[in-house]
Amino acid sequence: MAYSTFQGGVHPFKGKRMSKDKFILEYLPKGEVVYPLSQHIGAPAHPLVKRGDRVLVGQKIAEASGYVSAPVHASVSGTVKAIELRLTAAGQPSPCIVVENDEWYEEVEYPPVRPLEELTRDEILELIREAGVVGMGGAGFPTHVKLAVKNPNRIRYVIVNCSECEPYLTSDYRRMVENPDWLILGLKVMLKLFDKAVGILAVEDHKRDAITALQMASGNEQRMEIHVLQTKYPQGCERMLVYACTGREINSSMLPADVGCVVNNVDTVCAIYQAVYLGRPLTHRIVTVTGDAIADPCNFDVCMGTSYKELVQAAGGFRREPKKIISGGPMMGQSLASLGVPVVKTSSALLCLSRDEVASANPSPCIHCGYCVTACPERLIPSKLADYAERFQEEPFRKLYGMECMECGSCSYVCPAKRQLTQSIRAFRRELLAKGKK
Amino acid sequence: MEKLMHISATPHVRSQMSTARIMQIVLLSLLPATIYGVVHFGIQALYQILVCMGTCVVAEFLYEAFADRPVRVWDCSSLVTGLLLALTLPVSAPLWVGALGSVFAVIVIKMLFGGVGQNIVNPALGARCFLMLSFAGMMTNFTADGISGPTPLALLKNGETVDPLEMILGNTAGTIGETSMVALLAGAMILLLFGIIDLRIPGSYLVSFTVFCIFFAGRGFDPVYLVSQLCGGGLMLGAWFMATDFVTSPITPGGKVLYGVLLGVLTGVFRIWGGSAEGVSYAILLGNLSVPLLEKLTVPRAFGCRRGKR
Repeated sequence: MAYSTFQGGVHPFKGKRMSKDKFILEYLPKGEVVYPLSQHIGAPAHPLVKRGDRVLVGQKIAEASGYVSAPVHASVSGTVKAIELRLTAAGQPSPCIVVENDEWYEEVEYPPVRPLEELTRDEILELIREAGVVGMGGAGFPTHVKLAVKNPNRIRYVIVNCSECEPYLTSDYRRMVENPDWLILGLKVMLKLFDKAVGILAVEDHKRDAITALQMASGNEQRMEIHVLQTKYPQGCERMLVYACTGREINSSMLPADVGCVVNNVDTVCAIYQAVYLGRPLTHRIVTVTGDAIADPCNFDVCMGTSYKELVQAAGGFRREPKKIISGGPMMGQSLASLGVPVVKTSSALLCLSRDEVASANPSPCIHCGYCVTACPERLIPSKLADYAERFQEEPFRKLYGMECMECGSCSYVCPAKRQLTQSIRAFRRELLAKGKK
Repeated sequence: MEKLMHISATPHVRSQMSTARIMQIVLLSLLPATIYGVVHFGIQALYQILVCMGTCVVAEFLYEAFADRPVRVWDCSSLVTGLLLALTLPVSAPLWVGALGSVFAVIVIKMLFGGVGQNIVNPALGARCFLMLSFAGMMTNFTADGISGPTPLALLKNGETVDPLEMILGNTAGTIGETSMVALLAGAMILLLFGIIDLRIPGSYLVSFTVFCIFFAGRGFDPVYLVSQLCGGGLMLGAWFMATDFVTSPITPGGKVLYGVLLGVLTGVFRIWGGSAEGVSYAILLGNLSVPLLEKLTVPRAFGCRRGKR
């Protein structure tokens, strides 16, 4: 069988082997736990607690402040120490609720759970919204908004993004191997929302164990199928994934729902399962702590708000001096200036590298090799777009489809002249987008 | 205050491939043809190759040093230029001709246009044409082992017969690097295996040239004639190593195919109707000049967009 894929893409160093076979370990934080109010796209949540309040595990401490927004829940029990500006992974200080952990892990009483069959569409969406579920693959788009499409009957495919195409990351992989049934039940919830849809579990072909586990778990489900994809970056980007699974193309101004698809990431689907079947809010997530500077790479089940510093210690500390610390994967993750930031809903990994490949690569003139054109999954001409971007030439930039770039980083990765293609294109593109909004 | 880490824009990793690595692989891929040339034409060929490569490197270094430009001579691109130029010279050409051509290639064609990546035509080919125009006699005197003889293509043009097997193996008269099809194809395999080039340019070039010959050479589908045309002259060297030069070939997939077809047709026109038996160098030079146009015509349709929109 030929595995589905898309045109272009790159094959970066995998690095998954370091943490691939490490069981998920639960890690309980010590000291203070920090909850940023903005862990999602949209309006920041507004706090429901004040200094000195006692909070319990699972208690809603901040409420969504609009439709495109999501509430935040406490993952530990303790007292609210402060509501103040703290540094987050995004790089700037933003308002956070700081809770001093009393390490009792006293839980709130969750409302009784009703079976899925009895729930209506709106009730399911409300459960998901109440649980604070957002896209946990990195974007952080509130899931209840994504699932509330205008015409649910037009959705033909509910795709679970199990591809985890970023190098080094293994959190989704471990989830699929250890709790495939959660994934299947979460998908069932979504299939209940979309009557006409088929559920697709899209896995890359090198994740053999995950494919087997999912096959076993989905054995007698009628409306689900497993779709094996070629292992390639950026297979997990929404547009590429929809194309690989259905052959339908979407551009930058379309949503998957426009071609009858809904795409959700593994952890998000598990969070949906917990919200609907267990009635529990999103308070934990899996974080892969890895990289060649880490002594003992691990996959941790972490309380939201735990400091990255603690996770490094839990993984045995540093083996070598780290030069670069990244929240997320090496292709699209955020590099961190310091470890003193909390785990949020979108943190999939903490990557500590002993070599800074960006600083050690010295950009030289373009030799017109066309590798970036071959690599670009959007079929753009990155070398020319970067030239236009560097000279602020809007018209030719738009004409060569510059606004279609999804910033996957494939062009910068392959460039033999080590040009900062993605960076130039992104900067100019964002400038134009901001200009367009005014 | 604790020490702050480096931050950077995504992506945070880079592939191992670099400009220098690409040039080294190209040098490696030219090795079979180089070795064959030295064995076939004798030690004089080696001297010519060394003179050309050495002159190119020194010329680039001196230019960069005196013009106060960043020194990029370590990226090996000058070595490739020197080697390619030497391979297109007849073994009987004096060493000073090679040296002069090398200086012209690097200074006039490459550095004056802005250095690596900025030149409009292939430096080695540009220099070869400069030498052809300036020293036509020396450049077309194909003497091997003291015996002067015409190249197979010249024989073919005069209506005489040639032995295609000898041409495939390379036991004929010609420039240092162009005679052996076996050695050149071995090098082409190296380029393909390392993923340096793809088949678009050489494939469309060779196919369109063959088709052109079938229709216009007046011999119809004559396998012996077609093989002789394909193996003769600089076609193989040009199609695999010069037409595929990154800097002077189109960047878009469609442009590459069009470019190959254009080269095939031009080579056919020059060889069949032109005054000289050879036509590859001029075809590629003209092709180089058309690259900006071809790229403009073949911008790919972006993923999910309709053509012409936005």
